[in-house]
Amino acid sequence: MIVATPPRPADLRAPDTMFAQVTRASTPAILAIEPTRDAVPTVWIARHDVHDVLARLKQPDTALRMLFDLTVIDERERTHRGNQPASAFTLVYHLLSFADAGDELRVKVPLPADRPHAPTITDLWPNANWYECEAWDLFGIVFDGHPFQRRILTPPTWVGHPLRKDHYARATEMPPYSLTEDQEKREQEALRFDPGQWGMRRHSANTDFMFLNLGPNHPSVHGVFRIVLQLEGERIVDAVPDIGFHHRGAEKMGERQSWHSYIPYTDRVDYLGGVMNNFPYVMAVETLAGIQVPPRAQMIRVMLAELFRIASHLVFYGTMSQDVGQLSPVFYMFTDRERVFEIIEAICGFRMHPAFFRIGGVAMDLPVGWDALIRTFLDHLPKRLDEYEKMVMRNGIFRARTKGVGAYTLREAIEWGVTGPGLRACGLEWDYRRRAPYACYDQLEFDIPTATNGDCYDRVVVHIAEIRQSLRIVRQCVDNMPAGPTKADHPLTIPPPRARTMHDIETLIHHFLNVSWGPVIPPGEARGCIEATKGLNQYHLISDGGTMSYRTRIRTPSFPHLQMIPLISRGAMIADLIAIIGSIDFVMADVDR
Amino acid sequence: MTVPMPLIIGVTLAVLLGLATFLTWFERRLLGLWQDRYGPNRVGPGGILQAVADGVKILFKQDWIPPFADRGVFVLAPAIGMMTVLLSFGVVPVTAFWSIAGNLNVGLLFVLAMMGMGVYGVVLAGWASNSKYALLGGMRAAAQMISYEVFMGLSVLGVVMQAGSFSMRDIVLAQSGLWFIVPQVLGCMVFMLAGVAETHRLPFDLPEGENELGAGFHTEYSGMKFGMFFLAEYAGVVLISALLATLYLGGWQGPLLPPPLWFGLKTGALVCLFILLRAALPRPRYDQLMALGWKILLPLSLLNIAATGAILLLHAPG
Repeated sequence: MIVATPPRPADLRAPDTMFAQVTRASTPAILAIEPTRDAVPTVWIARHDVHDVLARLKQPDTALRMLFDLTVIDERERTHRGNQPASAFTLVYHLLSFADAGDELRVKVPLPADRPHAPTITDLWPNANWYECEAWDLFGIVFDGHPFQRRILTPPTWVGHPLRKDHYARATEMPPYSLTEDQEKREQEALRFDPGQWGMRRHSANTDFMFLNLGPNHPSVHGVFRIVLQLEGERIVDAVPDIGFHHRGAEKMGERQSWHSYIPYTDRVDYLGGVMNNFPYVMAVETLAGIQVPPRAQMIRVMLAELFRIASHLVFYGTMSQDVGQLSPVFYMFTDRERVFEIIEAICGFRMHPAFFRIGGVAMDLPVGWDALIRTFLDHLPKRLDEYEKMVMRNGIFRARTKGVGAYTLREAIEWGVTGPGLRACGLEWDYRRRAPYACYDQLEFDIPTATNGDCYDRVVVHIAEIRQSLRIVRQCVDNMPAGPTKADHPLTIPPPRARTMHDIETLIHHFLNVSWGPVIPPGEARGCIEATKGLNQYHLISDGGTMSYRTRIRTPSFPHLQMIPLISRGAMIADLIAIIGSIDFVMADVDR
Repeated sequence: MTVPMPLIIGVTLAVLLGLATFLTWFERRLLGLWQDRYGPNRVGPGGILQAVADGVKILFKQDWIPPFADRGVFVLAPAIGMMTVLLSFGVVPVTAFWSIAGNLNVGLLFVLAMMGMGVYGVVLAGWASNSKYALLGGMRAAAQMISYEVFMGLSVLGVVMQAGSFSMRDIVLAQSGLWFIVPQVLGCMVFMLAGVAETHRLPFDLPEGENELGAGFHTEYSGMKFGMFFLAEYAGVVLISALLATLYLGGWQGPLLPPPLWFGLKTGALVCLFILLRAALPRPRYDQLMALGWKILLPLSLLNIAATGAILLLHAPG
């Protein structure tokens, strides 16, 4: 049995953690140390020191440190800030260390309201590029020295920075939309690709490379995603991924929905992950509210999350083989996925977006006969996986198309923010479910599948092995499902406990308010992070003591993964790029949010 | 027994076009069967009229030529594709007495020549479309089809050497004792692979490569012009199957059943094999396809010729 060692908050402050390193080496640079609800050490650093501090944290010998997230908080309308340094916009860097056990660090940088700017860290972590573009796009933060700061999620013609508090959030706050012919021309013109802007050279004085617009509507880009390819024959000289076509303002919506009514929105972020998206969100809210989730609800959550992992990985498997031209497997795998959905529908009442998790537990108890339903499936799938192994993984052409294609090293993976199966395919046995076991993962036995080459084939191998491990986890959940309530007995859960509402007026009033307005979550910041289907998915929530979130930050795995496409596709053929895209396992809604 | 030539031509043409149309439906049903789903089963008994419905739909579609395309060539390309395939059938003998020009003394060369011409249909379509995806498809088609033509021509030489004739009818008659698939198994395999590449079907459908190039060389085509490519592809499948049956499986010869039925059965089975290939295999990369051709198939077909020649010489009378 593999024993998981859950990190305790005390471990985080042990010597040689990033926190210790920062506090020891750069004491004068530290403006404040912020106590947090989620036990992630948080330090405030002044703008002119932050590059130095981050550079020291990412030295060659400690390079197994990832820029996990980079985001901004518009603090201008926040009332409950405690003793935090004065700031209009706060830059938040979230670092994650793989070398040490359980080490994370949040670095916050206060910025003024007037022309907020900060030094770029693209020279330290290449994946900071898109994050900084996003911060410019949505908050208007300028990064000095950034190679090419541009709008990344909104159209280039957008006016304003949507996630600022003074930007409108709803269509009803705007006059009716109209599109004149001139405007349409302007919008079209803005989409034209200008190679010079990206520093791309001409082939020679008289000849030019071919620029191929792959997407946003292309059969192999899995949604609306554009890659502009610079081609020499069929060989890719350079690639520019263009995202944002699927941007729906999920983070902004979080600021306009009650804590409870935002849950269904999360389902649609990684739309193949279903309740897997509810998971980090409700975990973060529960941390803020101090709610202990009962064991039965925990195990139901884990079981459903793993079923969704299976469903999502099956889609990956099928579409991956289809991307290299194999027509049939995708149908078999979608049939199996349908069986997963039968179970999920029986338990949740929905298929793809059940929104089944609740603050404090799950929506309802398991239906009669649920275990038999799952057991049939658990016996069915392994045999099918064996068949698929023969059909896809041992197929000579499939191997030739995927082995050695789109490979990256472990170091590259970490520099570019890769998590999930893509990271494990490089040989790092690292899984958040094991490293920081949330819910009841500490009670479950499972292996962390890894591979060694980090190429397309290995990424598929890891995905398939994870399906088998998920089956193992689900079986343990079925065998060991504890009895008890499926919802915490806490006043802030939704829907609130109503057993005593007819007995005393106080409970009745609370029930009424919590149902009509939604619960008031105590002010503070917390994140919930899980090992989602595609990598680490983190919700960073800030409550300002209201019925809605003050800031909802969704860190999705697919976002950094796509940023890496140019790196691994340079010099490859167009057909390789398709295999690479397929093997990355992304969902555009998960990228653009 | 002589059948009037206009009747033969008319019947062959009608059967061929009917068969190609039928195949558009049949392939989807067969794929459905292998992929645990139904396929088109709503129009007519078992969905067989789906082909008619598709035909009607495609005929009534706007016949659109993109403004940036090279008009003349754009229209010509699908016609070339269709024409070359249909002409090739002229020399395929259905039976000893039923063929348009089965006895043509350069029959096999004629087929190869027509296939060489067929490349133009695809390449010109890619060129005239004036679109990048179509151009890439056309480029792939040119490289792939021209390369595979080489192996195709070389692979059938063994058959010609054994039969001592380029006439398709003589080749079939030469197999009355033993089908050529036995002595010419290498050549047969190379011919078959080259045939798949010539008809650009999965796993060698790189000129179309929908996962990579959208629709490849016919990206810009719609309506009946697209329909022509579509039908020409299926007619091409029938042609390659018919050629395989003729060259290697003894043509119309077989016990008990009447000769036309034998020919039909052999061709039909091979068509199903083509569809099964499509259901089962992924698509190799462009350079892998080329490497397979030049590094494996070319030496194999040369070896086949050398071996056949050597054995024929050893057994030569006198």
